Amino acid sequence: MATATKKEHKSARPERGGQATLIEAIRQGIWEEMERDPTVFVIGEDVGAYGGAFKVTDGLIDEFGKGRVIDTPISEAAIVGAACGAGLMGMKAVAEFQFIDFISAGFDLLTNYAAKSRYRWGANIPAVFRGPCGSGVRSGPFHSLNAESFFLNTAGLKIVEPSTAYDAKGLIKAAIRDPDPVIYFEHKKLYRLPRLREELPADDYIVEIGKARLAREGRDLSIITFGAMVLTALDAAEDLEKEGLDVEVIDLRTLAPLDRPGILASVKKTNRVMVLHEASRTGGIGGEIAAIIAEEAFEWLDAPVVRLASIDTPVPYSPPLEDYYLPQTKDVLEAARKLAAY
Amino acid sequence: MRISTKFAPRKSTDGQPLSCITETTLKPEQMLELYRHLKLTRLVEERLVNLAKQSKVVGGVFRSLGQEATAVGSAYALGPGDFITPLIRDLGAVLVKGIRPREIFAQYMAKAWGPSGGRDLNIHFGDMEKGFIGPISHLGDMIPVMTGVLLAAGMQKKKTVAIAYIGDGGMSTGAFHEGINFAAVQKLPLIVIAEHNQYAYSTPTNLQTAVNDLAEKAAGYAVPASIVDGNDVIACYEVTKRAAEFARGGGGPVLIEAKTYRRRGHAEHDDQRYVPAGEIEWWEKNNDPIDRCERYLLEQNVATKEKLEEITADVLREIEEDCAWAESSPMPEAEQAAYGVFDNDIVPPSFRPEVLKN
Repeated sequence: MATATKKEHKSARPERGGQATLIEAIRQGIWEEMERDPTVFVIGEDVGAYGGAFKVTDGLIDEFGKGRVIDTPISEAAIVGAACGAGLMGMKAVAEFQFIDFISAGFDLLTNYAAKSRYRWGANIPAVFRGPCGSGVRSGPFHSLNAESFFLNTAGLKIVEPSTAYDAKGLIKAAIRDPDPVIYFEHKKLYRLPRLREELPADDYIVEIGKARLAREGRDLSIITFGAMVLTALDAAEDLEKEGLDVEVIDLRTLAPLDRPGILASVKKTNRVMVLHEASRTGGIGGEIAAIIAEEAFEWLDAPVVRLASIDTPVPYSPPLEDYYLPQTKDVLEAARKLAAY
Repeated sequence: MRISTKFAPRKSTDGQPLSCITETTLKPEQMLELYRHLKLTRLVEERLVNLAKQSKVVGGVFRSLGQEATAVGSAYALGPGDFITPLIRDLGAVLVKGIRPREIFAQYMAKAWGPSGGRDLNIHFGDMEKGFIGPISHLGDMIPVMTGVLLAAGMQKKKTVAIAYIGDGGMSTGAFHEGINFAAVQKLPLIVIAEHNQYAYSTPTNLQTAVNDLAEKAAGYAVPASIVDGNDVIACYEVTKRAAEFARGGGGPVLIEAKTYRRRGHAEHDDQRYVPAGEIEWWEKNNDPIDRCERYLLEQNVATKEKLEEITADVLREIEEDCAWAESSPMPEAEQAAYGVFDNDIVPPSFRPEVLKN
């Protein structure tokens, strides 16, 4: 009979740099910012003694105390509202949504209070709203959301989503230091993915918000993507290389404000573009990117801009259903071949 | 939990018209200051109505006619480092906090010199130095926001207290519940003033909630509650002063239900067809907060009729001067619309796409 073992409580301070997964990188970033700046605090459901549903905030309460790591009731409006109010007073909240799906319960305060405050009366809200997003982990319609589109049409919110451990740390630190509200999406499939474990520098660094990353250089076509789909794109690019197709992969990292120069530079180089994302196709960020390209680089295109995204349904639970819902590497391969042959 | 009714409305026992409570620590000059704030509130609003008739106000005009005492009396009980977040009908509290009428006029007229530079309406702005955080249109939202203000003040070791105003309508929102519940759990020094003015737009309270007294709702959060005569400016002051002492001393949030009556519609365009005949007139004749305050000041020999007229004349002078200032402001430069979404040093202002230029 197996003996139940109590999970060892990891309250130790994370290493500064060193080998880290994406989730460890985020934890390092928050920890270092709380050490650096006494106005930074964490707020959310189960973020204290439990360390958060995914353990992003593990150990923070032991180090910084419950005055700076605040467990809340199940109240997203209270979490967002409190982050906004504290922001007015010069305190910087790192607010957690247990799953990003629950951001809908804080939508009103995010879009009407946090986003508009600076514009309305000059009172900026320096706060980070973060949480696990993303599908492909068999979590069904309420724990799999990619919510970026809900917020793209709201002026006043910055949105980031890392796909590497290095960027995860650099972006969380940049988000905390940013004077305006930043939504920080963390793809839960990437949290502990061994493939993403990498050596982080020991020094203090940030990744600038608003700058895309060239994840792979290529000449023949560009895949513009972000989050977990960066890995799908890179996998496809490797296969396509064997077929003689040289694919460029742009990892957006910041979804608002979009890195227009970064996107356009790649378009002008390869002249063929696929936009790839996990959220449903209709009304997704792919449409916005395609429109920017159509408006600003129309004469550089050798083929229509292709959008590859999930189908227009809620995220289903069962593996065959979810795999059908979500773009797969084979879908990227097929689309890339057609695009190259256009 | 017991609801305190010490300051609740009382019917006139001797057939005399209603006045104010006499049990108070307010000094005569403070009472006159309260009177000045009441008059200033009413007359600023009357001027706004006139400006609207001249088409100088761009949006709607929202009155607090008949309920000015709740906002004025409660806000007056706070200290200079304390915060308020008012509702649209709490202009009185905003003025008590030191916002000048000129800011209100410029804001209503969408002028460049207004505190939001023409970007938002009426009292939708704020002044952190003066402890005023303006509301947004979404009722209930400011309760959670104020929990954050008070959490932060606690982290900063400040002994700050805050009032969040809400109404019989706003208390039906989820944000109200989430905010007061969180405040109670965290024992934050938040005073929730529930202005029971009997109509939310056109909806009467019996279609808004099944409780008789809004104060009953506080028990669900283990928050102590009182009922106050919202048209008695002295009672509103006294009950809030006690609440502020309790909250500042670490007792946690307090809810005060102020019984009052909204004599004008939701905004000036509202014809109030839903109000039973005679109801407004009854309140105007028998329970006007300014009439009651005047009667009190004269009865108690705090002021003479001449003194009150002098105060009113002074208020009118201020309104005249401030209105002229606001009218002399230019409208905002159109291109300013593109600035200030983010810190402009980091993200440049947003403009139209290149392809539409030239």
